[in-house]
Amino acid sequence: MEEKQNSQTSLDFNQNTFKPTSREEIVEIIKTCYRKNIPIEINGLKSKNKIGRNFQSEKTLDLSDYKGIIDYKPEELYIKVKAGTPLKEIVEKLDKNNQQLAFEPNDFGYLFSGESNSGSIGGVVSCNFAGSRRFKVGSVRDHILGFQGINGKGETIKSGGTVVKNVTGYDLSKLVSGSFGTLMILTELSIKVLPKPETSKTLIIKNPHLKKALDFLGKALSSSTDPSGGVFYPDYFGKDFVLNDLTHDGGLTAIRIEGPTNSVDQRVNRLSKELGLLDQELSILDNEQSNIFWSRTRNLEVFKKLENNLLRIVLPISETLQVIQKLKSYEIKYFIDWAGSLIWSSFDQLDTKILNEIKDIVKKHQGYITLIKIEEDLKASADIFTIDPIKYKISEKIKRSFDPKRIFNPGKMYTGI
Amino acid sequence: MSSLQMPKVDIAVMSKKDKIASDLRRIINSKNVLSNPDELRPFETDGLTAYRQMPLLVVMPETVEEVSQILKYCNENKVKVVPRGAGTGLSGGSMPLEDCVLMAMGKFNKIIEIDYENRCVVTQPCVTNLAITHAVQDKGFYYAPDPSSQIACSIGGNVAENSGGVHSLKYGATTNNLLGIQVVLMDGTVTKFGGKAMDAEGYDFLGLMTGSEGLLGVITEVTVKILKSPEVVKAALVGFPSIEDAGNCVAEIIAEGCIPAGMEIMDKALTKATNDYSKAGYPTDAEAMMIVEFDGTEHEVEAYIQKTKEIAEKNNSSSLKISKSNEERLKFWAGRKAAFPACGVLAPDYMCMDGSIPRGKLAEVLNEISRLSKKYNLPVANAFHAGDGNLHPLIMFDANDKESLRKCEEFGADILKYCVKVGGALTGEHGVGIEKRELMCEAFNDKDIQQQLTIKVALDPNSLLNPGKVYPILRKCAEEGRVHVHGGKTKFPDIPRF
Repeated sequence: MEEKQNSQTSLDFNQNTFKPTSREEIVEIIKTCYRKNIPIEINGLKSKNKIGRNFQSEKTLDLSDYKGIIDYKPEELYIKVKAGTPLKEIVEKLDKNNQQLAFEPNDFGYLFSGESNSGSIGGVVSCNFAGSRRFKVGSVRDHILGFQGINGKGETIKSGGTVVKNVTGYDLSKLVSGSFGTLMILTELSIKVLPKPETSKTLIIKNPHLKKALDFLGKALSSSTDPSGGVFYPDYFGKDFVLNDLTHDGGLTAIRIEGPTNSVDQRVNRLSKELGLLDQELSILDNEQSNIFWSRTRNLEVFKKLENNLLRIVLPISETLQVIQKLKSYEIKYFIDWAGSLIWSSFDQLDTKILNEIKDIVKKHQGYITLIKIEEDLKASADIFTIDPIKYKISEKIKRSFDPKRIFNPGKMYTGI
Repeated sequence: MSSLQMPKVDIAVMSKKDKIASDLRRIINSKNVLSNPDELRPFETDGLTAYRQMPLLVVMPETVEEVSQILKYCNENKVKVVPRGAGTGLSGGSMPLEDCVLMAMGKFNKIIEIDYENRCVVTQPCVTNLAITHAVQDKGFYYAPDPSSQIACSIGGNVAENSGGVHSLKYGATTNNLLGIQVVLMDGTVTKFGGKAMDAEGYDFLGLMTGSEGLLGVITEVTVKILKSPEVVKAALVGFPSIEDAGNCVAEIIAEGCIPAGMEIMDKALTKATNDYSKAGYPTDAEAMMIVEFDGTEHEVEAYIQKTKEIAEKNNSSSLKISKSNEERLKFWAGRKAAFPACGVLAPDYMCMDGSIPRGKLAEVLNEISRLSKKYNLPVANAFHAGDGNLHPLIMFDANDKESLRKCEEFGADILKYCVKVGGALTGEHGVGIEKRELMCEAFNDKDIQQQLTIKVALDPNSLLNPGKVYPILRKCAEEGRVHVHGGKTKFPDIPRF
């Protein structure tokens, strides 16, 4: 699909928000912005647009009408879509063929607007937040086979393709994943899809203690039962999970096992034996309840009513216990995902000083923090993302190589980038 | 050997060889700087032996600090640097340049830390791929990507090439199994991308560096994730009366929701050659043969094998064997893994191509290869990682006959162009290097390539790190003349390949 050099659309550049339906329109908008040095904010379905720093932009590019499934080949395990396509539409399409996006992205709609909004696929890729299966199947970026996008000069660029194995040139799919729209405007994405497991079952262990939970999760991950999810909810969140087969409402550790039905049964039994669990401390959720449980986790539903102060903390598993112990002095409410590597935590109080203290703690333990939902005042003064000076310098160079005039979401990730 | 344009030799650098050598001897232990032709000779080529070039000097640093100081010195003095791991690469990624300092990373050969709690291994880059698995297998763990040369290839080289292996459909390639790397940039900056935590924040430089073929930085440390070894592994050996049947079977296995650990197809020529060579018990009358392997728990593997059996029969399989023991399973693979030496018996030389195609295009592509084989009058045998669509045609020719070599090169280029045409890629796992450099224009237009070159310039403004690799020398693709592709004999015939 070569760009038509002289294609002219009737672009009215006086409007503040553009809602293009064709790539040619996007190209023309960006070329104009480039020529006139005009910064532009890029949006999809606005499910995650509050994550990131505030920045000033004269124009807004709304990609919600740039949508549609271009090509879906179930037997080739890929789907090619326009970037503004709602994730929901893709999930529904795949569901009909018993396939899925294995990285099960979070639905931030509950957190930000009280109701489901899983956003557009372009947004999912730009944020690179993967759900509970992360430790088994990789992150969002691991499922992006290729893309087409528009750089800061308005040039259409492609990278990768639709085949799994492709080592031709730099892997730009990785670079644009998690770049929060600061490098390119994604227009088309080719994404790896996988079969849905025949059955999912979840082992719920009655347990209020983090230390014990991490021990269970560690053992499960080092067993040959191949779990695909591992979370810990402390006592105060236990009540949020009222399910038929869940026999208690206190703190719980949950481990998900997926695959062919008889294999799942075998592995669930084996895992409960390996963990030395007694019947009275154990509930097993069948397929339907298991799916409900994990969708609540994916949707961060325990934080549905949270006004502010939600942080996402990623750590090596070995550090999680110590970090939580240190964070407890700040009045936190948290739950653990990724079998111990990811902490979602709310803080009663958060200011720049506290934030810096938390950052220091997490950094010392080889992890990082992303500020997901915080007060506007704090947002204006705090660093949302963490970066060291060397990586800042490299990031600055990379940003310039894609977007030389800094017109895409300038300052959304870091000052000056 | 056909000519290949490389970056212009810097006469000033050539004339200062002695000074550069003595400067470098002040930075690192003097015995680790090689300058005599006899000492340089072993470094003149990598696994793509059709190309040979003596470097100006070879340096063998021992510490990260030394790597940093050497790069800083070379950057300031505008000296080109070519990094090299185990030297097993098949696309010429570490072929030296006449005026380069070849940085041989062989002394970075130790595993630094095995961390079972975080399920990862931190290692120096020149540890072999297989050594990582060996280091953790007593506790029941392994490192998943398994390029066939895993006994010799280095993990740093795997990162540079984003190596795969037969299991990459289920377990991914190197990029999906990496947690972090330490890198030294051309200006001497030492930094870490990623670490023991997943998904480092900010731009994904770990992903960018992986598969960048040594053009963006020198890797000095690698952190990989390790997995628990599967409890049961079983394979089925299936014969088909036609390539189409085999292709349909593959598509249906995937469509039915089975994800095999490995799935390989060989055509009749290769089935016969490998069976003659290794007596693997292959169905030599079949037009296509498939090995499909599943791993997991006993019930899981049983369920998938049963399903595979049904699908194979539905697709007219002419024979079907299920491995009853691990020995039998390994025997199934023995022939497949001996594809290189088996073809060596059939012809004086063979060239191994490496393209990626959509699985469903297998029959179409093999038909085209068969047509080209007649056109060029050169025999060809085909192996196919059906799971991930990676095709390896082996073109047989006689390297002593210039016309035969020329035809072989054109044949290979035609195949790769066809792979791109049907929606595939120029390389599945061997990298672009110098071998497929000029073919990049088949897959990318000038703007795509220019965007990639801009990234290179951002990190290495003087283009001193491994220049002349991956990207065509002339800027405009349209200006490229005849396409040069070269394979050639492998350097280490005893190392299993692809």
